[in-house]
Amino acid sequence: MAIMAQAIRMALHYGEENLGITNIFGEDVGPPLGGVFTATQGLKTTWNSPLDERGIVGAAMGLAFAGQRAVAEVQFSDYIYNTIDLLKLAGNQCWASAGDWNLPMTLMTPVGSGIRGSIYHSHSFDATATHIAGWKIVMPSNPLDAYGLMIACLKDPNPTMYLKPKALLRVRGTEQIPGEPPLTPEGEKQLKEMIDAPLGDRSKWKANWPKGLTDYTVEIGKGKIVREGDHVTVVSYGRTLLLCAQAADQLAQEGISVEVIDLRTLFPYDWEMISSSIKKTKRAIFVNEETEVTNFGEHLIRRTVEDLFYDLEARPRLVAGAFTPGVGLADSLEMASVPQLASILDAIREVSQERA
Amino acid sequence: MRIRSIYASFGRIMAKNQSASNTNVAPIRPKGPSQSSSNFRLPKAQLIKMHDLMVKSRVMEERLIRMYKQSQGYFWLGGPGEEAFQIPLGMQILKGQGLDHDYMHFHYRAGPTMITLGMDPMDAMRQMQNTATDPFSGGRNFVSHYSKREWNVVPVTSTIETQYLTAIGTGIAQKKHGGKGITIVTGGDAGTAEGDFASCLVWSTRPGMELPMLIIVTNNGWGISTDACTQHGEKHIADRGKAFGMKTMTINGLDVEESWFGLEEAMNYIRKERKPVLLEAKVSRLYGHSSATGANFVGNEVDPLVEFETKLEAEGILSRQDMDDLRERYTAEMLDMSKRVKEEPMPDPSTIYDHTFYGQKGKFF
Repeated sequence: MAIMAQAIRMALHYGEENLGITNIFGEDVGPPLGGVFTATQGLKTTWNSPLDERGIVGAAMGLAFAGQRAVAEVQFSDYIYNTIDLLKLAGNQCWASAGDWNLPMTLMTPVGSGIRGSIYHSHSFDATATHIAGWKIVMPSNPLDAYGLMIACLKDPNPTMYLKPKALLRVRGTEQIPGEPPLTPEGEKQLKEMIDAPLGDRSKWKANWPKGLTDYTVEIGKGKIVREGDHVTVVSYGRTLLLCAQAADQLAQEGISVEVIDLRTLFPYDWEMISSSIKKTKRAIFVNEETEVTNFGEHLIRRTVEDLFYDLEARPRLVAGAFTPGVGLADSLEMASVPQLASILDAIREVSQERA
Repeated sequence: MRIRSIYASFGRIMAKNQSASNTNVAPIRPKGPSQSSSNFRLPKAQLIKMHDLMVKSRVMEERLIRMYKQSQGYFWLGGPGEEAFQIPLGMQILKGQGLDHDYMHFHYRAGPTMITLGMDPMDAMRQMQNTATDPFSGGRNFVSHYSKREWNVVPVTSTIETQYLTAIGTGIAQKKHGGKGITIVTGGDAGTAEGDFASCLVWSTRPGMELPMLIIVTNNGWGISTDACTQHGEKHIADRGKAFGMKTMTINGLDVEESWFGLEEAMNYIRKERKPVLLEAKVSRLYGHSSATGANFVGNEVDPLVEFETKLEAEGILSRQDMDDLRERYTAEMLDMSKRVKEEPMPDPSTIYDHTFYGQKGKFF
C-alpha cells in the first residue's frame, strides 16, 4: 500500500536496475534528504546539484545527448519558469536535427496546490508544459499509475515531463503495485521499513528494495475511465481527478451518472477515449487547477466544439483555477483559488441539467 | 572584393590582443623538431594544410554570403575571422560518435571547424538554401546551425549560451566514463553575460567532480552592434575562471600557431587530468554579426588569413601564385556547388510534424 512518493521511488529503482538509468539529480535529490517529498530516497544513482534550475535542465539534456538517460528534478514547478527556453530546446532537438538526435530524458517536478505552499510552491504547470512541443507530459493521480507512468517515461526515447501532484504524494494507493508488500497495515509498515530513510543519521542506511518489482507500464497517451456514467463526461487529472471521482460517487445518489476520465497523459492525450465518452454522454466538463486563462482544458474544449459540436446537448465547461498571480497562503485564499469538491459538484449539476 | 587585396590594419582587436597573455599556463613551446623556417614552429606540411583549410572555409563563408545576397537563402551568419583559431581546434578534435570521442557544443560560427572535421561545404549551402537535403536540419534551421550525431556535434542553437549548459551533461557523462574524450563548448564574448556561462563555471568545477571540458570563448569584441568595452569591465573573460580554481588561458586566436599550441596544451591537460580549462581566444569578426547587420566586409579588423599568407609567402612556404590558384580553385568549386544546390528539392510541407518525436512521421494527435 505504497504512497505515491514511494511508488515513484520504486519505479526509479527499477529503472536504475533494469532500464539504464544512470543519473537522478537535482536540488536535494541525493542523500541525505532524497528529495523534498522523499521521492528519491535510497536510490543508488542520485546526487545533489547546485541550486540552478537552468543547469539542471541543461545537464539532463547533455547527458541525454551522451546517451546517458537522466532523470532530473526541478524542486517545485514554480521554479521551472526560468528554464522555458531550455524546455523548448529539449523539445525541438529531434525536430531541428531532422530526426538525427533524440533526447531520452525525464524531467520531474511537483505541481499544484494542496500543501499551503503560498505563492511560489502552489502553482500548476500543465498549461505551459502542454504548449511546448516535443515533450510527452504525464501526471498520475494514484500510486499504481505513478509507478507505471514513470516506467513509461524511463523507456521513452523522447523528453518526458513527469508532473507530480504534490497534494497526492502522501496518498496511499488502493491497487497493488506488482512486487510491493501486501495491501495490509502490516505490508504498509513493512514497505516503510524497507525503503523509507530513517530520521537522524542516514549515512549508513541503505534501502531494502522489494525483490519482485516489475516492468509494469502505463502506456503514455492512454487515459483511464475511473467512473463509468451516461449523463456527463468529466475529464481531469492529478489532484482534481480524485475530487471528480468523489463528486461522481456523490451525484450517483442524486441520479446523475457521471463518467470520469483520468487523462494520465496530458500530451499526447487520449482523444479517442475523450471523444468516445462525450459522444455517449453528450455533455463535457474539463477540470484542472491551472489558472483559467489559456488553460489546457480550453484546448480540449476547443477540440470538443470543433469535432463534436453536433453531438453536444449542453455547453462544455471548464472548472479551473482562478486567474490570479499566485495562490494565496491563507486557507480561505487557497481554497478559493483552485477547484474544490463543491465547485465541481455545482458544475456537473449545472451541465447535466442544462436543457438541450 | 578579394580578401587578400584588403590588407587589414592592426585595428582595435590586435591592440587588445597585444595586452592579452596566457594567464595561467607556461609559455607555449613547440613540440618536436620543426621542419620549417625559424619563424614558424609547426612543420611545413601542417602549415600548408592549415592554409588550405583556412582558404576553403573562408571561400565557403563568402559563397554563403553571396547566396544570401542573391536570395538563395534568408539569413547568414558564420565564422570568417575565426579561421586561425577554429582550424587548429578542428585538427585536434577526437572525432567520432560516443563517449570515447569529443562532444561538440558549438555556437553559430563554427564553419571553419566543421570544414576541418570534414564537412562537405555543399551541405552548408544546402542549409543556407533550406533544402530538403540539408543534412543538419532538413531545411528547418538557419545556416551554420550544424548538427551531426555521427561526429558528436550536437545541434547548434540560436539561443546564445545555452550550449554552456548542455555541455555540462556530456561533461558529466565523460567524467564518469573516463578515457580521452572531452567536451568542447564554444561561445562568444557578449553571451558570457548570460547566467548560463556562470553555471558552466560552477558545474564544471564542483569539488571532486571537475569535468573534462574545454570551455571556449571566442572574443571578437562585439555583441551584434554593441562594443564589448561598453558592457564588460573584466580585463579578460578567462579571468572569471580563476575564482573557481580552474586553469585559464587567453590566447591570440588570430595567430595559427599560438592557437595550435594553446589548444594543444589545453586539450592535453583536459584529456589527462579530466578537469576543465577556460580558454579565451581573441578573434576577428570580418563580416559583422550576420546578414542582419549587412554581412559586408569590415575593413578595420585583422584578417587572420591575410596575416598567415603574408608570413607563408615571406618564409617561402607558399608563393602568392600558389595561394591565388588555391583560392580560385575553391571559388570555382563552391560556385558550382551553389548552382547544384539550387536544383535540389525544398522540404515537402506535409513533413512539418515529422520528428517531433523520435522516429515519428506525420501528425500524431
